[in-house]
Amino acid sequence: MSDKVLMKGNEAIAEAAIIAGCRHYFGYPITPQTEIAAYMAKRMPKIGGTFLQAESEIAAINMVYGVSATGKRVMTSSSSPGISLKGEGLSYLAGADLPALVVNVQRGGPGLGGIQPSQSDYFQATKGGAHGDFHMLVLAPASVQEMAELTVKGFALADKYRMTSMILADGTMGQMMEPVSLSFDIEEAPAKPWAVTGTKLERPHNIVNSLFLKPEELERTNFERYERYKYIEENEVMYEEYMMEDAEICVAAFGIAARVSKNAINEARAKGIKVGMIRPITLWPFPTKQFAAAAEKVKAFVSVELSMGQMIEDVRLAVNGKAPVTLCNRAGGMIPAPEQVLAAIEAANKGGN
Amino acid sequence: MVVFDKPHALSDAPLHYCPGCTHGIVHRLVAEVMDELGIEGRTIGIAPVGCSVMAYDYFNCDMIEAAHGRAPAVATGVKRSDPNNIVFTYQGDGDLASIGMAETVHSAARNENITVIFINNAIYGMTGGQMAPTSLPGQVTQTSPYGRDVSHCGFPIKVCEMLSQLDGPEYLERVAVNNVKNVKNAKKAIKKAFENQVNGKGFSLVEVISSCPTNWGMTPAKALAWIDEKMIPYYPLGVYKDRSAGK
Repeated sequence: MSDKVLMKGNEAIAEAAIIAGCRHYFGYPITPQTEIAAYMAKRMPKIGGTFLQAESEIAAINMVYGVSATGKRVMTSSSSPGISLKGEGLSYLAGADLPALVVNVQRGGPGLGGIQPSQSDYFQATKGGAHGDFHMLVLAPASVQEMAELTVKGFALADKYRMTSMILADGTMGQMMEPVSLSFDIEEAPAKPWAVTGTKLERPHNIVNSLFLKPEELERTNFERYERYKYIEENEVMYEEYMMEDAEICVAAFGIAARVSKNAINEARAKGIKVGMIRPITLWPFPTKQFAAAAEKVKAFVSVELSMGQMIEDVRLAVNGKAPVTLCNRAGGMIPAPEQVLAAIEAANKGGN
Repeated sequence: MVVFDKPHALSDAPLHYCPGCTHGIVHRLVAEVMDELGIEGRTIGIAPVGCSVMAYDYFNCDMIEAAHGRAPAVATGVKRSDPNNIVFTYQGDGDLASIGMAETVHSAARNENITVIFINNAIYGMTGGQMAPTSLPGQVTQTSPYGRDVSHCGFPIKVCEMLSQLDGPEYLERVAVNNVKNVKNAKKAIKKAFENQVNGKGFSLVEVISSCPTNWGMTPAKALAWIDEKMIPYYPLGVYKDRSAGK
């Protein structure tokens, strides 16, 4: 086993990004993700990189757009209200097929909301997040180790598919301290012949653009992008199954909700209830096939979320009416206690809703 | 003997601009400067949203199309990615002085080493002639049909004057392109704005007072005269900041 260091989730993301070859970070202060910017502000000048505090989240995401257009690995981070401001840029990144890593350490909403942990940006992250037909790769860590691992993976996927990878964490994951191993195999970025690096008068000019005034042409770019998305849905789904071998009840949970759920599942097992969990690690692409397969053998699902129930819609689509899916939730910055999850599991086991 | 030729940095794509529009003149001046400084191969231009949105087709250097108003932020990313890049933005008044004002002010305050070409024609052209942040008091537009009433929607923004109050920017000059003398001065200013970047001096902005005959509802000749009669008295030409002057 490699050496482990004790780090906050936010710091683990920052250091993992540097290890992954990211040398450009742009951000605007917002709680609860400020440690990422603080870490970058200290580290980047010492390794020949760029840390720049932008005048707004909008400017930050557009600085990301500029660096990405030149072919280099680049990132920004924010929290829920800030991510809404980045929405315009996320759509332009998608339209121009530019890779980037964006971190959302979620807090409660809507509006200014609060600063306590939440998962209520699930819809925003997985259903596009701004205007137009597009997806982001959405990665949901459930430990500080995964914060680091998924950051490294996120850069590789972004480059491979020319799209934004979003780390969808929450305030707990960002602030939590855990031992983390930072030894990774780093995939070298692929060649980027589309990048604007100056023509050197040796090639026709490259144009990074999302404007297509001819509808036939714009339609073609959308269909091509969705071909890529289809391939991703078939090849890049990540999930963890916990005690699902003999499960009769299936909990669906990601991030901090999955950690709370694990405690509840252990307690339920001690009481003789056969319960397991599917924990999506990629929220887009969603592990639809895994939930569909589980629906063939379990009698009920419980979606545990720090929101008013957002992922539950994807669970229900996958389950397709074959079993009841109930919601166990807290919102606004509150976290469900294991007892609440246990009660929901027991209710599902009794067949109640 | 060739006595007049197209600059290498200007592409062969036919311009889409209206008859009498001065964008073509400014495009040519920027391309001539790229040729003269030998920088086309390492220049990356950022096109705005507005009439010059398709400028990415007209220059032979690498180009990026930015979201409305965000060109200076995109340019910041490109420049920070590789300081050897020569980076320019080409923006209209709505893009630069309304929706993108924060990006404009902060890139100037940071003395970001980029070149900004700012086309001020006092109107939103692409969307059909709405009131711009630089539309003159009393100016009739689609969204100020009774004339710009400053008691209702405020005063025009004088970008060079405003930015000149900042410690950051290196060079700010306002020029016009409505006659041969002014075009020649505009060329000098644009060249200086690029030279400053090549020499690492910092944020250089050239505001170009331009015409929009279509949306001003004038003949091209009348529009050029209107620049002298109305625009220049409100937006006086000249150097508003030049940190290296006299050094």
